[in-house]
Amino acid sequence: MTEAVIIGVGLHPFGRFPGKPALDMGAEAVRLALADAGVKWPQIQGGYIGSYEVANPDAIVGRLGLTGIPLRGVFNGCATAGTAIALASRAIETGEHDLTVAIGLDKHPRGAFAADPSVAGIPSWYGQTGLFLTTHFFGMKINRYMHEHGISHETLARVAAKNFGNAAANDKAWRRTPLSVEEILASPILNYPLRQYMYCGPDEGAAAVVLCRSDQAHRYTGKPVRVRATALRSRRLGAFEVQSPSFPVGEPVDSPTVDASKAAYERAGIGPEDVDVAQLQDTDAGSEIIHMAENGLCKDGEQERLIAEGATGIGGRLPVNTDGGLLGNGEPIGASGLRQIHEIVLQLRGSAGARQVPGTPRVGYTHLYGAPGASAVTILST
Amino acid sequence: MTTRRPVAESLFTWPDAPLRLIGSECAACGLVSFPAAPDCVRCASAESKERILADHGTLWTYTTQNFRPPSPPYDGPESFEPYSVGYVELPGELLVEARLTEPDPDKLRIGQTMRLTLVPYAVQDDGTEVMTFAFAPAEEETP
Ligand SMILES: [Zn+2]
Repeated sequence: MTEAVIIGVGLHPFGRFPGKPALDMGAEAVRLALADAGVKWPQIQGGYIGSYEVANPDAIVGRLGLTGIPLRGVFNGCATAGTAIALASRAIETGEHDLTVAIGLDKHPRGAFAADPSVAGIPSWYGQTGLFLTTHFFGMKINRYMHEHGISHETLARVAAKNFGNAAANDKAWRRTPLSVEEILASPILNYPLRQYMYCGPDEGAAAVVLCRSDQAHRYTGKPVRVRATALRSRRLGAFEVQSPSFPVGEPVDSPTVDASKAAYERAGIGPEDVDVAQLQDTDAGSEIIHMAENGLCKDGEQERLIAEGATGIGGRLPVNTDGGLLGNGEPIGASGLRQIHEIVLQLRGSAGARQVPGTPRVGYTHLYGAPGASAVTILST
Repeated sequence: MTTRRPVAESLFTWPDAPLRLIGSECAACGLVSFPAAPDCVRCASAESKERILADHGTLWTYTTQNFRPPSPPYDGPESFEPYSVGYVELPGELLVEARLTEPDPDKLRIGQTMRLTLVPYAVQDDGTEVMTFAFAPAEEETP
């Protein structure tokens, strides 16, 4: 089977862009990715595009060129962009296309996501009585995790401070003002133990990735980034997942992140010990801590020491969310995972500037998690 | 006299006494579900029977809700009072998510015993109180 490699990445800044349609942001990201790859739009043979807010994201061809290619819309909650890159890679691997594109774009209104519970298969009383909030899940999951594994409130704040600090060195990030651990711990609690500056916010942005067959990469770049594995998993019965009015008692069942992570490592033939730089879903500071262990990058409870030592900082042993993560960039759902890929590609090329991980990172890892219990993992390498 | 009504039918036994949550049990594999589910997510059987759930359990985890949730779907009062939410483990049955009567996280503890109760989470224009289920620390009296 042919391997897919990434030859170009493009990122529209994340933040707020009043009056600018999501499709325009997406088109800009695609043009940046095409220029990065040295490819013209008419050469692209197919693509996968994801968005939460845009009903027909494939309408982007109206901004790029009506070349008649298949452009398939994908949506998988917060795992949308992981799905787009997986399918774009698969189209290369199976020989359907020689050049594909994965695109993500979104433009969310301000404030917490509001939705009709029935579209998530949830009864209406759950929303009426104030239970239908994803932020509850994150508060409850980290509260129990802290109880079981000895994680402190200071560690939550250190994660947020690190990500805002990394975002400060990223001119495409949304939240670029560094915040101290003390400032973060002084912000109001939203969902105990999580505070205002420990949560990411919905915002706007777009990202795109151009892929081609590995045996043709030399035509475009001297630094292709290999797509070693993509994996997507949904929740299993007994796992503690977002938006669950109840779940069974008994032996704990692994989250879809654990399942997707194991599948991706196995497919890549790469272990967690080989990962040089990682991008993990940090919907909140607690999620980053939990996801370090769920992705095999440390043992449960080790985060307290690792984070205090600065291991997840840019100069540390295991840099996490070097571009600021979701905390620093916000979450335009459709684009978020491709922003992660964009950052890993820069890191593996050695072109991440002020955020560059020292040494020569060779293996990068990206991870998404979202409602109603879906996780996507991508492993990249030089 | 204040009129009261449940937020949804078939969710709990009230106004019949004693107050219990109404779940279901798969006729084939015994999986317990709440709210009652016609289809089983373990064995895919479409046969289930009603199961009245325990009214005591232990607090598995919790969080607080310190801002007014987006409306819709939330239809509680405009004058928002923070509340707590948690999962209570009903031994041998399931873990159920519910509002908690104690809003102060410092007064909640993972593992503590909790008891089923009702809260008037909203008041309609005609004064009717809308009741939903909640769990209270077992040592507290019913308000
Ligand atoms: Zn069953």
